[in-house]
Amino acid sequence: MNKYVYADNAATTRLAPEALEAMLPFLGEQYGNPSSVYSFADGPRRAMAAARETVASVIGAKPDEVVFTSGGTEADNHALAGAVRFGSKKHVITSAIEHHAVLHTLKKLKKEGVEVTVVGVNSDGIVDPAEIAAAIRPDTAIISVMAANNEVGSIQPIAEIGAIAREKGVLFHTDAVQAAGHIPLDVERMNIDLLSLSAHKFNGPRGVGALYIRRGSRVSTLIEGGGQEKNRRSGTENVAGIVGLAKALELSAADMESEGARLSTLRDRMIDEILKIPDSHLTGPKENRLPGLASFTFGGIEGESLVLRLDLAGIAASSGSACSTASLDPSHVLLALGLTHEVAHGSLRLSLGRYSTDADVDHILGTLPSTVKLLRAMSPVWTE
Amino acid sequence: MYTDKVMDHFSNPRNVGVLEDANAVGQVGNLKCGDIMKMYLKIEDGIIADVRFQTFGCGAAVATSSMATELIKGKSIEDALKLTNSAVVEALEGLPPQKIHCSVLAEEAVKSAIADYYRRQGIDPTPIVGCTGDCDACHAHNHEEE
Repeated sequence: MNKYVYADNAATTRLAPEALEAMLPFLGEQYGNPSSVYSFADGPRRAMAAARETVASVIGAKPDEVVFTSGGTEADNHALAGAVRFGSKKHVITSAIEHHAVLHTLKKLKKEGVEVTVVGVNSDGIVDPAEIAAAIRPDTAIISVMAANNEVGSIQPIAEIGAIAREKGVLFHTDAVQAAGHIPLDVERMNIDLLSLSAHKFNGPRGVGALYIRRGSRVSTLIEGGGQEKNRRSGTENVAGIVGLAKALELSAADMESEGARLSTLRDRMIDEILKIPDSHLTGPKENRLPGLASFTFGGIEGESLVLRLDLAGIAASSGSACSTASLDPSHVLLALGLTHEVAHGSLRLSLGRYSTDADVDHILGTLPSTVKLLRAMSPVWTE
Repeated sequence: MYTDKVMDHFSNPRNVGVLEDANAVGQVGNLKCGDIMKMYLKIEDGIIADVRFQTFGCGAAVATSSMATELIKGKSIEDALKLTNSAVVEALEGLPPQKIHCSVLAEEAVKSAIADYYRRQGIDPTPIVGCTGDCDACHAHNHEEE
């Protein structure tokens, strides 16, 4: 097999060598517990403080507003559960295309008496801020809308939603797991009160993330224990992971504009070429799309088969088809865009990243049309 | 996620395609569920002389169809009717739990085609074949509620 083409960067990314390098001392000799008073812990303590400053500066926050977590999922859980458990307001507004880290958390919170309004999206997968505004009630504790969608790449109007939330005095949380490190985020300009991010989506390590909590936000803790992270998130800190997160975010922020432009060009080349396949359709918007993410549906074939065939041809991609998930239901995101079950079964997501090359895209474009054709030839529901 | 045997049948499916001179054709599953299997048989003197399949579905759906065709080719109708989904799973050296329904579909596709064979001769297949396929293709879909 030739070089394996990794086109599933929305699932996870390769750790940047620079991030790995920065992490190594803290997996080795610098193992002091940052909470300890002795000088042996100074290195890890300083590294963590520097990491916090880096993260804060990238998103326009103050260092003490950054809380490190085990990842994006924990950050989402913390933001939502923390907001509704703090006070008496028990209403949450969210969108139909959120990640399960948000939707399943809310499903669980409903058992605590939380009421949830789920706002739909248009056929491009974009939330209408006016619908959010209309859903606000006196008892609305928090609005949670993702910055960009993981399946169809649609970038949400979070600055507009943030302005609405601020005006109404409602907390605004954004799950920026797919957006951080890829598109500009500024918690001040966008009026964001809580923001989740995850290191492994921007070439940092898996198992570490952060939650930005605006100063003065009324949010309960999620994890109790030794009072680390200024009592906001207990548990001995994952120093190496935190250092890796900061290094990767710093790298991503430094060349966000040029990388964004490079990936957008590659993405649009994929979209233009792939849409030449008969009965192929783009999911998500043409504009306002994550730079590296291209997503499609193909009539007459099923997504998991397509992903397995592409794997045999040396390409890693993913699908929102029912058969590619444990639940056997197609992706809730594709259904929220108005796609039928039938169409959603034939979905494919190709997501490029920092290490994707022109040659990778050449290989994808050289392989995909014949793969689709092969699967259609054995499909009982496809007619040329 | 799949056994080597499943991947073998997925990547090199046996007996795939349309059988132009089939005298028994059955289709089970539905698009909403995400799996459709179409089975073409050529039955001569009570023997399954030839078989082809077409499948819209996941890796397991393709592999179970392929394996089912191998297991019934050259067999008598009676033996083909004895094909169970667990025999297909066993021959594939196992399937993930959420994919077992694909093997059920493969069994039903064979039965559906044989039912068609009887129907073409004016014989009611129900007493012979029993469930003629597509009984409840989505039954394995677990819509879990916490």
